[in-house]
Amino acid sequence: MNLTVTEILFGILSLMAIVSGISVIFSRNPVFSVLYLIITFFSIAGHYILLNAQFLAAVHVIVYAGAIMVLFLFVIMMLNLNKETEPTKPVWVQFAAVIAGGVLMITLIGSLKGAETMTMAQPQNSEIGLVGNLGKVLFSEFLVPFELSSVLFLSAMVGAVLLGKKHTVQS
Amino acid sequence: MSAIQIIPLNWYITLSAILFGMGVMGVLFRRNTIIILMCIELMLNAVNLLLVAFSAHHSNAQAQVFVFFIMAVAAAEVAVGLAILMMIYRNTKSTDVNFLNKLKW
Repeated sequence: MNLTVTEILFGILSLMAIVSGISVIFSRNPVFSVLYLIITFFSIAGHYILLNAQFLAAVHVIVYAGAIMVLFLFVIMMLNLNKETEPTKPVWVQFAAVIAGGVLMITLIGSLKGAETMTMAQPQNSEIGLVGNLGKVLFSEFLVPFELSSVLFLSAMVGAVLLGKKHTVQS
Repeated sequence: MSAIQIIPLNWYITLSAILFGMGVMGVLFRRNTIIILMCIELMLNAVNLLLVAFSAHHSNAQAQVFVFFIMAVAAAEVAVGLAILMMIYRNTKSTDVNFLNKLKW
């Protein structure tokens, strides 16, 4: 059984993602959940690099590991939630949740049963994930959605500030 | 040379399905709102990974731009979601979702 480097890397990264994803769900302390989620994000960034999508890998690390995780950690520290005592759902709800999630997973995987093993046949351009090519697509075909996303960010910013502000009664 | 030429697409679909199922499981399983938000991020990431794998398989750059937009929306979603979480915590002194049952029938 000859494994290439890419296959070994795929296996390691997938194992990391799955194990740390399970740890996110089952760890008692929210701080550890965030740290395991960072491991998951880094392994997904590794998958992007394997798929030759360097731009997305960089953006993923910057946005998720840089911005979103800092937000999560900041909120957990600010609310002082880093303690183990947490109310849990009743046992039958937990069983139902695990079974429902597992059944969904099995269904998604089982829908693959009829699919043939799809490997590359067509002549392949593996350069699409590089910054130059992606930038050309982004700023020619997707210029309007790109500009609209800035409006989305502005509204998200205003909404976050408005929600986070303490309400004071004007008298 | 990208990994999609060596690794079958089915493996990527399986990995994404497992990650997505774990996200669903976490949303149903936990009561802490922060963990639920994290599991939503996990599900978004599973979908992103699948989109990138299909994009590499079909040599199609549009899917990767789509992933970029999903990341932008996810960032906005987390910012607003955590602000709502702060407001919930200020009102109920807890991040437990079971306290928020006023709209339940």
